[in-house]
Amino acid sequence: MLRYAATRLGSLVLSLWVASIVIFFTLEIVPGDPATFMLGLEASPESVDALRRELGLDEAPITRYLSWVTGMLIGDFGTSYTYRVPVGELIAARITVSLPLTLYAMALAAVIALPVGMIAAARRGTLADVAIMGVTQVGIALPNFWFAMLLVFFFAIGLGWFSAGGFPGWEAGLGAGLKALTLPALALGLTQAAIMSRVMRSSMLETLGQDYIRTARAKGLSHAQVTRRHAMRNALIPVMTIVGLQFSFLLANAIIIENVFFLPGLGRLIFQGITQRDLVVVESTVMLLVFTAITVNFLVDLAYAAIDPRLRRRG
Amino acid sequence: MRLPVSIWIGAALTTIFVIGALVSLVWTPFDVTDLDIQARMAPPGGAHLLGTDHLGRDILSMVMVGARTSIAVAIVAVVVGMVVGVPLGLHAAANRGGLIDDIIMRGNDLVLAFPPLVVAILITAVYGPSALNAILAIALINIPVFARVTRGGALSLWTLDYILAARVAGKGKIRISAEHILPNIANLLIVQGTISFSLGIIAEAGLSYVGLGAQPPVPSWGRMLAESQTLISLAPHMAVIPGLAIVFMVLGLNLMGDGLRDVLDPRLRRDR
Repeated sequence: MLRYAATRLGSLVLSLWVASIVIFFTLEIVPGDPATFMLGLEASPESVDALRRELGLDEAPITRYLSWVTGMLIGDFGTSYTYRVPVGELIAARITVSLPLTLYAMALAAVIALPVGMIAAARRGTLADVAIMGVTQVGIALPNFWFAMLLVFFFAIGLGWFSAGGFPGWEAGLGAGLKALTLPALALGLTQAAIMSRVMRSSMLETLGQDYIRTARAKGLSHAQVTRRHAMRNALIPVMTIVGLQFSFLLANAIIIENVFFLPGLGRLIFQGITQRDLVVVESTVMLLVFTAITVNFLVDLAYAAIDPRLRRRG
Repeated sequence: MRLPVSIWIGAALTTIFVIGALVSLVWTPFDVTDLDIQARMAPPGGAHLLGTDHLGRDILSMVMVGARTSIAVAIVAVVVGMVVGVPLGLHAAANRGGLIDDIIMRGNDLVLAFPPLVVAILITAVYGPSALNAILAIALINIPVFARVTRGGALSLWTLDYILAARVAGKGKIRISAEHILPNIANLLIVQGTISFSLGIIAEAGLSYVGLGAQPPVPSWGRMLAESQTLISLAPHMAVIPGLAIVFMVLGLNLMGDGLRDVLDPRLRRDR
């Protein structure tokens, strides 16, 4: 297990390193000099030069890349061109919106999908199963930003239960914060729940068809006992992988949902960064998203290998 | 063999949109650049069958032209993904465990590690938002997907006796890949193609919704939704109709993909 973890850790570090190169040098070729952009077209060449020096843009790309990467290792993400504050602070402020939103959406998805998937599997072929599969099929086809708009239309504008957008901040209290995140989390989570419940259903069906389930039944365990003690636990393994993959997917898709609800999260930060040529912000935020995706996959792989020793052999 | 009902429903839905998109090349009920100011935000029914938007443009016409944008972006992205990804996957499988296989698969992992939306954002940040760059972004995500599916399918074939026979007969790896492996994984690729097509439609809509896809005046479903957002309480049909178009198109493709998988890949059929 240790050796497996070490190899996977090695490839994790390698992936992160390559990802940092790709991100940095992709943004390096963005047309438009940030300093010129910030000062406007009428600025004198001297002041542009001065700003370029101040921002460190006069150095060679490779130097800037190295200082960016080494900075990130000690938690320094650089200084935003437009806000003139450390990018780390900007990200830290925004992540208190994006991360709770993602976790909230995942919790909603899991709470809905796991029971629904198990019911569909247990009632396989019945009307309930067909109905659940039909609904999830539609759920997969729903673009979540459109679903978000419909939620706003019905629950915010129509019924007035929630506000249509904005975020009061956590200072306003946990309840108020969660309330503001409820519609966005539903929009993100319900469409994910559709996928998750299908995975849960087929995983459960697969497990219920195994020989050890028949053995458990043959030795006299009741159907409920078999389901709870043997089938459910094994069926959850593939579902766990999907949950892990969905985490980074949700975090990235939160970018679009934040746009619908005018939430001050990472998504807004990235879009503002792009329009204002604030490349340090874009670089660091994108790197953070990729870091999360790669790390979560790594953790899922490890958890997977800890549960199922057969998987450790694959490098 | 009887085809499952879902294929027929899926194919019917998809066909409606494809026909709409094709017809829009030569005829739409109204010109999509025609601003009928008198009839702004007209509800469905009447002269404008699906109503008009805030500028008085005919929504049915825009949905038809939008279908063209969506389908074109998604198809080109799938084709590019296949043309690049399939040979990579075939190559990786033929030289299993070799350096090239390793590089190809690690490269795949890397691209897959980038959340698709982030790839799109990076590309549009560099080259500016346009339909072409949306295609590029979606295609880039499709490449590793097809490489992976191809490699997986091809690996299991390489162990079979008839491939061994072909090798003994003196055929090279490239010829075997093209003549024996590719035809036998075509099923997998068709199914994956349908799935990627539907994902491409959703991705295109999402990108143009946030302003990173097709630019005005080219109508696209995502931008129609973006424009309708602030007007949703005044003219709900502006938001509902393009959204339904996306749902039905994607639903059609998914139903077709699932149905095709059941028919073409009997191993999965016991799940049903």
